[in-house]
Amino acid sequence: MLKFIKHNMESIIGVEIFPLISFIIFFSFFIGLIIYVIRLKKSSVEKMSAMPLEGSETNYTPNKPGHE
Amino acid sequence: MKIEKFYYDNQIVKMFAYATVLWAVVGMLVGLYAAFQMVFPAISMDLPYTTFGRIRPLHTNAIIFAFVGNGIFTGVYYSLQRLLKTRMWSDLLSKINFWGWQGIIVSAAITLPLGFTTSKEYAELEWPIDIAIALIWVVFGLNMMMTIVKRRERHLYVAIWFYIATFVTVAVLHIVNSFELPISFMKSYSWYAGVQDALVQWWYGHNAVAFFLTTPYLGLMYYFIPKAANRPVYSYRLSIIHFWALIFIYIWAGPHHLLYTSLPDWAQSLGTVFSIMLIAPSWGGMLNGLLTLRGAWDKVREDPTLKFMVVAVTAYGMSTFEGPMLSIKSVNAISHYTDWTIAHVHIGGLGWNGFLTFGMLYWLVPKLFNVKLYSIKLANTHFWIGTLGILFYAIPLYWAGFTQWAMWQEFSQDGFLVYPNFLETVTQLVPMYTMRAIGGTLYLTGTIVMIYNIVKTVKSGSFTKDEAAEAPALEKEYKPGKEHWHRPFERRPVQLMILSLVVILIGGIIEMVPTFLVKSNVPTIASVKPYTPLELHGRDVYIQEGCNNCHSQMVRPFRHETERYGEYSKSGEFVYDHPFLWGSKRTGPDLHRVGGKYPDSWHYNHMIEPDRMSPGSLMPVYSFLAETDIDTTTTVSKINAMRTLGVPYEEGYEYIANEDVVRQQKQILESLSEDEIEAEPNTELIALIAYLQRLGTDIKLQDKTAENN
Repeated sequence: MLKFIKHNMESIIGVEIFPLISFIIFFSFFIGLIIYVIRLKKSSVEKMSAMPLEGSETNYTPNKPGHE
Repeated sequence: MKIEKFYYDNQIVKMFAYATVLWAVVGMLVGLYAAFQMVFPAISMDLPYTTFGRIRPLHTNAIIFAFVGNGIFTGVYYSLQRLLKTRMWSDLLSKINFWGWQGIIVSAAITLPLGFTTSKEYAELEWPIDIAIALIWVVFGLNMMMTIVKRRERHLYVAIWFYIATFVTVAVLHIVNSFELPISFMKSYSWYAGVQDALVQWWYGHNAVAFFLTTPYLGLMYYFIPKAANRPVYSYRLSIIHFWALIFIYIWAGPHHLLYTSLPDWAQSLGTVFSIMLIAPSWGGMLNGLLTLRGAWDKVREDPTLKFMVVAVTAYGMSTFEGPMLSIKSVNAISHYTDWTIAHVHIGGLGWNGFLTFGMLYWLVPKLFNVKLYSIKLANTHFWIGTLGILFYAIPLYWAGFTQWAMWQEFSQDGFLVYPNFLETVTQLVPMYTMRAIGGTLYLTGTIVMIYNIVKTVKSGSFTKDEAAEAPALEKEYKPGKEHWHRPFERRPVQLMILSLVVILIGGIIEMVPTFLVKSNVPTIASVKPYTPLELHGRDVYIQEGCNNCHSQMVRPFRHETERYGEYSKSGEFVYDHPFLWGSKRTGPDLHRVGGKYPDSWHYNHMIEPDRMSPGSLMPVYSFLAETDIDTTTTVSKINAMRTLGVPYEEGYEYIANEDVVRQQKQILESLSEDEIEAEPNTELIALIAYLQRLGTDIKLQDKTAENN
């Protein structure tokens, strides 16, 4: 009876290529992304992450010692 | 550089915030009503409009699209303007977005109790409303993209990426899953059938969670937590990885809703693998949110906004850990069809979406009204009642899920099911359902406390409709120095949108293309024949009443299931099912092999008074089906539509189909009269019996034919 649910995909020509393509896409994309993120300039990261805080009553100063 | 003066539109933010609160109460009340029906079935008052099958989609739609949907718009309309230093592009589009969305919600609230439904979870609304949703969503997207285009801030903060990905993906999901063939105003058949329909539906259903309940709220998290804590996000680098990893991976995970079903194995495995991978970006995001509070934990003690947000992000972490676990086949074998799933989604719904919304409102309302929050004490009260509510909701349901699974699969030493009567495994859960309803009541109580607090705050403040701000205009001729390839994307919203679209399409296409070919690949089973016209009418009654909300039609290949229900379900059996009706929860037993199991009279009596045939049953009374006629004038259009969708009815059959309807009605009436039941032939109940008696019987005729294939 298992033949009803097995081998559904086998008759698609070249079906093996799909997982391979997706793996290559993923792998290279994320390697690229990680390289980019590591190489980001500190100043631009700080500038970007401060964006929501503009216009707040008291602006955050990154060098102020935190309460810990 | 010239400094420009402009005004933020606070009016639209206020309107959406009010709508969020209103629909929160409505959605929770409906949920509570449904929850109490599990304990006291009589409170459905034997009306068609209040049965669980019709009310449950109303609850899920109200919470997802009305409460959370308006919450998204509130947060997006507030943060987008500020992050881009500009007013929304068009006040008119903002207003159309608002009133259009509320109109859609109201039409859902009317049509769902009336029984107009496609049966596809979280996509139950019928085709005219589907079109309206698409139009309003485009209005929102257009307004957002144009606002981004005319911004005064060159770089797009990560929250905005999440908004853009949300817009693009929800549009794609909604359109693909809503492919349906209208047969009349408010009735349509899904374009896809069986296995194919199931995969498209859960690709949609899963990503509705991902891109409606998660990504926009992550955008809000990345904006409002730094805002409330007054410090930047822990790691902006991590947020970039979080974004791309999440949208890349999420789109693949849908098939984990179909483990152990007739879906092809490779697709199930793909769903599992990607679901497990999702832990990484999800927890990266959670930690990023929580660590933003580093050095500010003292504020969490005092600030109710932060309290709510901390619990929200924690709940996000918990459910995104649980989700991948549930995608492992052996765990899924326990959780699927039980209350475990319901507990899981409510950690996300009550914890993540609910609490983040409350946190946002406690921060936003005082800001909009230039006043301090009326009572921090009341907000803290809300926090504790709400948290308790979540625990009282979720813990009993986890317990219920395990209990029911344990009872389903228990065999005696002699090899028989210990609980052969399904109902026993449900009545056992009633104490847990009672506690769940109490949990829901607590949560709603907290929400009402919040409303009082908000009303008081609003009354003591003064609202600024248009908030003045100024910023230098964006230089037209911007020449960046040497920079990385990713930087331009952070400046160019349209390119970012296209890249996100490509990313989600890859996942979608690689899963979908073989799926769309599945049709020719599903081994046809010669004995599987199209439904008779009366069965087709009965199937539409089944859909109209939302039977699939409590009954599955998918026997999994487990010994305890084949023992209980019969032969497990095969993909070839569903080729004429537009839409599929596999269901996702068993509050009642599976129905795929119910055909021929009981006499017609049993079904008749059971629908009229479930408690009489199954003492202690939680099923609503369906006696009204015996008094409502089916509309046989629609037979022609139904047969035509099915033929268009590929069901092999002979040419011209539609004109004689009603003769078959009458013939089959007569047969059922005869069998009923043998048991001394007098029934009206042309009623919904007779059609429903015809359908139920057909379910899963094709393969019984046919084992021999199958062997030869």
